[in-house]
Amino acid sequence: MSEPAISRAGRPAADGPTATATAGPSSRRPRLALPRADRREIAAIFVGGATGTLLRAALAEAFPHAATTWPWPTFGVNIAAAFLLGYFVTRLQERLPLSAYRRPLLGTGLCGGLSTFSTMQVEILKMISAGAWGLAAGYAAASIAAGYAAIHLATALVRRVRVRQ
Amino acid sequence: MSVLVWVAVVLIGGAGSVVRFLADGLVSSTAGRDFPFGTLAVNISGAVILGLLTGLALGHDQALLAGTAAVGSYTTFSTWMLETQRLAEGRQHGKAIANIAVSLVLGVAAAALGRLIGAHL
Repeated sequence: MSEPAISRAGRPAADGPTATATAGPSSRRPRLALPRADRREIAAIFVGGATGTLLRAALAEAFPHAATTWPWPTFGVNIAAAFLLGYFVTRLQERLPLSAYRRPLLGTGLCGGLSTFSTMQVEILKMISAGAWGLAAGYAAASIAAGYAAIHLATALVRRVRVRQ
Repeated sequence: MSVLVWVAVVLIGGAGSVVRFLADGLVSSTAGRDFPFGTLAVNISGAVILGLLTGLALGHDQALLAGTAAVGSYTTFSTWMLETQRLAEGRQHGKAIANIAVSLVLGVAAAALGRLIGAHL
């Protein structure tokens, strides 16, 4: 099982989860335009986002934490969402036939709603304000390292299964 | 806490995700797709707003709905990480590192600015 061959076989374009919405011949020209999306695609994002947000909010309410302690709820949902997004996006881009609604539902909606950037930034700000510089740096570094590793791991897992078949 | 609050969390979370999708697409259509400016714009603007809400010192339910549900679902950590990993995978290491550094520095600065504004409102 050669890992480089797997990676080369299925390397996707470096685009975001929403790139499919406006990708087209005319998208080269810079032009202010809302992404083209039909109602069902928007509905899929809404349902996924609502579910992810409910999970994240429930965890945040169930496990409150002080400003100078490790924010496990945010850390947990962010890393879990990164793993799931890496899994879904790689699988949908490289394995499954093109589906119009799976990616909006699972990627943009569920993973986007489950994870949060703004809460993480405010948590870091509160740590800095409280003088907990080491905790702030550790939390930022651990989130980025674990989030990146989660994407990498999920992507590699999907590609490995693909080669075996 | 009432059931109504949780119904609102669900509805606001769905709406925040749709707004993120639209804002990301709007910015990406203008700024191009060589660098994930769409996610950056969404995340930094969200950090300003959540900072502002923090400065306002809202009540519990208000903070849950406006902060955790609305701004929390509007911003995204997972897409930020995915786009960074895909940049690195495409051997664009400079852009990958810039995406992490710029988001983090601007994100904390934006939250601080928002909190400052909120505290003076």
